Parts: sequence; C-alpha cells; structure tokens
Amino acid sequence: MQYQRGRWSRVIEFLIEWLIRISGISAILFVFGIFFFVFKEGAGFLVTKWKPIEFFTSVEWYPTSLSNKRYGILAIIAGSASVTLLAMMIAIPFSLGAAVFISEFCAPKLKEVLKVLIEFLAAIPSVVWGFIGLMIMNPLIIKIFNAPIGLNVLNGGIILALMSIPIIVSISEDALKAVPDSYREAAIALGVTKWQMIYRVLIPAAKNGLLAGGLLGVGRSIGETMAVLLATGHAVQIPNGPLDSVRTLTATIAAELGETEQGADHWQVLFIIGIFLFSITFVINLIAYLVVKGIRIQAGDS
Amino acid sequence: MEPKIEISSLRVKYGSKEALKGLSFQIMKNEILGIIGPAQSGKTTLLKVVNRTIEHVPGVELNGMVSIDGVDIFKMRDVHALRRRVGMVAPLPVGLPLSIYENVAFAPRTGGMNNKAKLDVIVERCLTQAALWDEVKDRLHTLGTKLSGGQQQRLTIARALSHNPEILCLDEFSIAIDPVTTMRIEEVLKELRSSMTIILVTNLVQQARRLADRTAFILNGELVELAETNLLFSDQAVDQRTKDYVGGIFG
Amino acid sequence: MHPFQETIHSKSRQRKETYIKGLFCCMTIAIIIPLILIIGYMLHEASPVLSADFLLKAPERGMKAGGIWPALLGTIYLVMMSLIVAAPIGVMAAIYLNEYAGDNWLTRTVNLAVINLAGVPSIVHALFGLGAFVLFAGMGKSILAASLTLAVMTLPVIITSTKESLAAVPMAFREACWNVGATKWQTIRRVVIPNSISGMLTGFILEVSRAAGETAPIMFTGAVFYKAVEEGNLFAYNLTDQCMALSMHLFTISTQVPGVPEAIPFATAIVLLGTVLVINAFSIAFRIYLRSRKRW
Repeated sequence: MQYQRGRWSRVIEFLIEWLIRISGISAILFVFGIFFFVFKEGAGFLVTKWKPIEFFTSVEWYPTSLSNKRYGILAIIAGSASVTLLAMMIAIPFSLGAAVFISEFCAPKLKEVLKVLIEFLAAIPSVVWGFIGLMIMNPLIIKIFNAPIGLNVLNGGIILALMSIPIIVSISEDALKAVPDSYREAAIALGVTKWQMIYRVLIPAAKNGLLAGGLLGVGRSIGETMAVLLATGHAVQIPNGPLDSVRTLTATIAAELGETEQGADHWQVLFIIGIFLFSITFVINLIAYLVVKGIRIQAGDS
Repeated sequence: MEPKIEISSLRVKYGSKEALKGLSFQIMKNEILGIIGPAQSGKTTLLKVVNRTIEHVPGVELNGMVSIDGVDIFKMRDVHALRRRVGMVAPLPVGLPLSIYENVAFAPRTGGMNNKAKLDVIVERCLTQAALWDEVKDRLHTLGTKLSGGQQQRLTIARALSHNPEILCLDEFSIAIDPVTTMRIEEVLKELRSSMTIILVTNLVQQARRLADRTAFILNGELVELAETNLLFSDQAVDQRTKDYVGGIFG
Repeated sequence: MHPFQETIHSKSRQRKETYIKGLFCCMTIAIIIPLILIIGYMLHEASPVLSADFLLKAPERGMKAGGIWPALLGTIYLVMMSLIVAAPIGVMAAIYLNEYAGDNWLTRTVNLAVINLAGVPSIVHALFGLGAFVLFAGMGKSILAASLTLAVMTLPVIITSTKESLAAVPMAFREACWNVGATKWQTIRRVVIPNSISGMLTGFILEVSRAAGETAPIMFTGAVFYKAVEEGNLFAYNLTDQCMALSMHLFTISTQVPGVPEAIPFATAIVLLGTVLVINAFSIAFRIYLRSRKRW
C-alpha cells in the first residue's frame, strides 16, 4: 500500500478509545461515589451512636432539643409513605388509562400531540410544582374541604401524582407498543371487541412493563424533594387522614440541613436518612430493571 | 497456477451452532471462484472469515487456518491492513450516508491518504471500474444513499475497489438489483479478473456458471465438491447432491 | 337469522366499547387539563410585574420589589457549566455502551448504574455534592461544586438519549466501514457520530432543561438566597462564587421572605417554567425537523 496512517492519528485514536472506556464505566463510579460520600458523612454517628431500633420505630424526632435529642424517623417514614401511596392511587389508574388511550385508541396526529403535552408535563420543575401546591392547591383545598390548612397529604399526593404520571404513561405506553401486532390481529380475528382484546391480551402481555412503570413512579415519588417540601406542611406526625400535614424524608433533609452545624450528630443523622433514601430507591430501581429484563427474555424466546 | 488463499480445516461456531464444519480448499491467483449453495450453508460466514470481520460477531469460535500468500491471517497484527487487501461487497447495497465522492474516498482516507489530487484520481478510477462514473460524475457531492439500489451496489463495488485490493469478495451481490445492472456488473468482474482474485458467492447457479473458473458447492457448512465450473455443471459432477442442486432439484 | 345481522348482544358490546373509549379519553384529558389551567392561572397572576425589566433588574427592598437578574444569570452559569462537564462524559459513555461494550456482566452493571443514577433522589445528589465536591474536594460552596453536582445528576439524560440515537444507525453502515479496513473509532467518528448528532443535541437540550429546574442539588452546594451582581453584566460571577439561581429564588421568595407581593413569585415561576418549556419545545421541534430530513 502506497500510503500509511500517520502516527498521530493512531495515538489520538488510542487515547480516545481509553477515554471512552473510562467514561463508559463512570456511571458505576458515580453510583459508588454517591453511596461512599453520603455514607462517609454519616459514618461517625452510624458506627458509634446509632440505635437502629429507635431510629426506625420511634416517632420522636427532636433533633434540636437541648436536653434530650431524639432521632426517630417512623413518623417521617409514614409521611413519605402516605404521600406516595395517595399519589400512586391517583396516578396509576389515570396513567394506565392514558397509556391505553394513547397507544390503542387515538389517531396518529392526536397521539403526537398528547405525547408532546405529556413531555411538557414531565418537564415542569419540581420547585414549580411545589409552588403550585403552595399558592394554588392550598387555598383550593381549604375552600373545598373546609380544612384548617391546605398543605397536607392530599395536596402533596395530588402534586406527586401529576409529577409521576408522565413517567408511568411513557413506560406503560412503550410496554403496550412492544406487544407484537400479531397478538392484536389474532384477537380481533377471533371477533372480540377492542376492549376485550386490551383487557385479555394486551395488558397480560405487557404486564412486566406496566409493573416497571408503576415501580419507577413509586421511586420518583419517594425521592421527590422540593414539591413535597412546599406542599405537605411541616408536621412530623403519623397522618390520620389525607387532610393532615406531614413531613417526608426528603423534605426533612432539605429543610434541616441548612441549619445544622457541619459534623454535628443532627447533620450526620440527616446523611443517614440520605443513605436510607438511596437504598430504597436503589432497590426499587433494581426490581424495575429486573422486571423489564424479564420481558426481554420472554420476547427473545418467542 | 499458484494458490492465493489456502483454507485448511476451518471450523466456525456461533455458540452451539456450527456454521462451518472443517473446510479445506485453495483459491488460485487471478481466478474467479464461484461458491454456490442454499441459504444458511455458511457461505457468508466464509467470507467474513477471510477479512476477519467475523471477529465483530459476539460469541463466535474459530478453528483452523486461513492464509493469504502463505501468511496466516489470524497471526497478522494489523487486521485493518488485511481488510484493505480484501474488498468486500455485501448482499444488500450499502451506500454510506456520505457524498458519492466520500463513499469511495472513505477507505483511502481512513488508511491515511489525504492528498486531494490523488483522491480525485482514485475516485474516478474506481467509479469507472464499477461502471458508475458516467451516471454520477456530475453529482459526486450528493448523498450516496439517495442513489437507486443498482447504483448503490455499484457504488459499494467502487468502494471495495478503492484500496486496490488483491482479493475481491462478492456476497450475493445481485440479490437486490435488476438483471440489466447485474449483467453490467458481471462484465466488470470479467475485466477485474486479470488484476485480482475474486470470490463470488452467489445464489444464482447460472451466474456462477457464466463467470466462475472453478465452482465450489457448500452445503450445511461442508464442502461437497470443488471443480472446474464446466465439470461441476456437467454430468461429470462426482457427488449426487451437487447434481441435484445444480439441476434445481433442491435449494 | 342472517349470520351478519347485528344482534342486541353485539350492539350492547359496541356501546360498552364506546363508553370505555370515552372513559380513557377523559382520563387522558384529566392529565392534560391541569397543565393548561395552571399555566394560564399563573400567567394571569404574574402579568402585573412580568416585563423585560423584571428579567434584567436585581431584586430590591429585601426582594419585595425589582427583578430576578442575578438568579437568571446564576442559572445560566450553573446550566452551562454542568452541560460542559456532562456532555462529553455522557456522549462517551453512550458510545462505550453502544459500540464497544460486549454482552457481559460489566455492561449489565453499567446499564443498571445508569438507571440507578437517574433514580437517585435529587436531595441525595445534594448530599453527595456536599460531601464530595464542597467538603472533600475543597471547592467550598460554589458555582463549580453546584454545577458538578448537577452534571452527575443529569448524566443519565445525555447517556440515554445519545445511546438511542447511536443504536438507530443501521449496523450495515458499520459493517461496510469495517469491510474497507476502517478501525472502530474511524467508523464511529466518520459515520456513526455524524448520523446520530441529532439525538445527542436532543439529549443536551433535555439536560439543560432538567438542570435549569433543579433546586435541591444546588441548595447546599452553591446557591444562595441573595447575592448582589452588576445588572446586565454577563460575566458578573466567578466559578468559585456562590450564586443565586431561579429555582432557588422561587423557593426563597415563596417561603422564606414574608410580605413579598404575590405577583413576584408568580412571575418568577412563570419565567422558570417558561424557560424550561421553551427549551423542551425547541427540542421537540428539532426532533421533528430532523426526522423530516433523514439521510437514508
């Protein structure tokens, strides 16, 4: 051959390929980094003073008490759980309905428009949602339910529902879209109605994807910070009903970290809550990932 | 005649599926070797071994030896240099999403050639060899992917010729193009024979008959018979399966 | 009876189907309507103060009047810095996953890590940024620390969207390049990347929109309640400074400062929301435009 690649282009190629490999595994490094650094800040307290039973079972959260500081997060967990539960009770049926409508019933043009609108819904920043909860939902709830305060589980639940709907809709719609058309055609050829086809063929075939969508919705709700900080009130208590104010895990960190001394017990406990949150979302995401992989295996067999 | 490529007991496995089951034969210098056989019999795999693109297939397992001019290709350190010695034309025409000019200049450029004047010469030579120059010389800077299927296939051939290969492999090149274009390309191949060794994998038995000096019949990863084309297509074929396939009884 | 004659039974089935379709349609509308109502209401509330001056003036009288210039500028700094960091890493990570990685445990772990990174709560990212960049790396609370935190958080957005666009480039193009002796990287640089640039840009745009809206990750890593900067000067911040940010400012004036006239937080919210939605609209329009001029 009468020509040859220059030395430089080979060296550059070599370097770039290594950069690509390093960047490739960077996501793993960051996940470990997050765990490591959050753990590092909370480790001192975790090792010496942390009482897991009290931490998880006591409702007494008095981190700033002068005489007897107590760090029980049960009420805060209840706060997160109640808001998430309500949000999912609203979001899952609506999301499934919307996903089925978008994927099976509506015309292609309308489908594009709806998907864009749902994308917009997903783009709204969480602090704006919180602001909506504070300034718009709050007076509405007071007026409609005659409640003393409108910043409560109901408010946070509705806001979180609206926030997690886009993610559930888009994953569910993908799952429905992934069901082969031959299933639809076979069912229609048997003379069943569209609804029977959806109910008996489509939903069972797409169930893993739908489940994964729901799980990711839960993960998003538990991890959401600014919206619940603004919309749920600031009461550390186990709620008796949707009109009670609560405080979530995320909101606790956001509200208190700024006012604690670096390295103090309270500071470290907030990082431990961070580890707890990280673990919860990690497990939820892992399960969702495995569930989705389950679909792939089935699809590969057929 | 001296052998250009020597293949000895070549085995290829994709996972548990054996695609080639111990092939051994030689390809002579400046001949057109036709390879015929039904689908899934391992013809494409054989070509992928010759330029070692088989190594991009995940989970592949290779055994045996292939040598070009007596040098084991699996021991060559620069696989890209090997691939520049072997031109490859895939079954479906692939115009890269670049201009027609850049499609042909692609290989020299990646090989380190950046001289505009020399590239111009290469592009014109290759497009002419591939019988495409007259049709595209006025629009060399439009997208190669916008050409018709037959034109794209000739563009693919021009690209395969652009690095002056010693060996040209064609894998069922006429599968997606019309008969007239096929005839034109066949004329091109007859002319190229004087300067390179050509391996012509084909689904059209008659195409091998028209072009090939010798023809190999491969079935289920095994070489059934390799003989002078005239012999293979006459009653003198040794193996009954060859007679049946050539005679159109199966395949 | 004629076999194709409609029976009462099939009529009732059809009616049921219409009802169900209507129900699903209503559910979809119920999701969309709040979006429109809320934006309309917020625009209405914000209209008294919304003007160019509002964008270009600093807050006055303890944030009870004036504009949002320092916050707007701070957000621009944070977003640009985080994009500069996240874009190359994200694109290269996606190239690794789509072009280099084999089907093995490492690849599966990376994929899982990307999904998890996207799912980590924003407040945990804040704790990470505080622990890693502010304290451990000694950057202090600064634009740098905050934008690095945002970069880590938004990395999955870029990885996912780039990976999708790389996967959309047909395998035949890569094989054709390998066949003529191009190396893997030459193939990627000359053929794969030029044809997936649209997906990358979409990813960048989405990253910007996401980073602009985030509050929690910057709260403890670099955003402050108030900082005076020169009005109209685009280079008013240093990377080691703390800065104001739109999202943080909205949080501050709606909860921490008593007596702010309602129109100001509404206007701030509209600016933030408008920015994010316009960026998203841009990304969607871009996607539609590119789909219309496919190169193969």
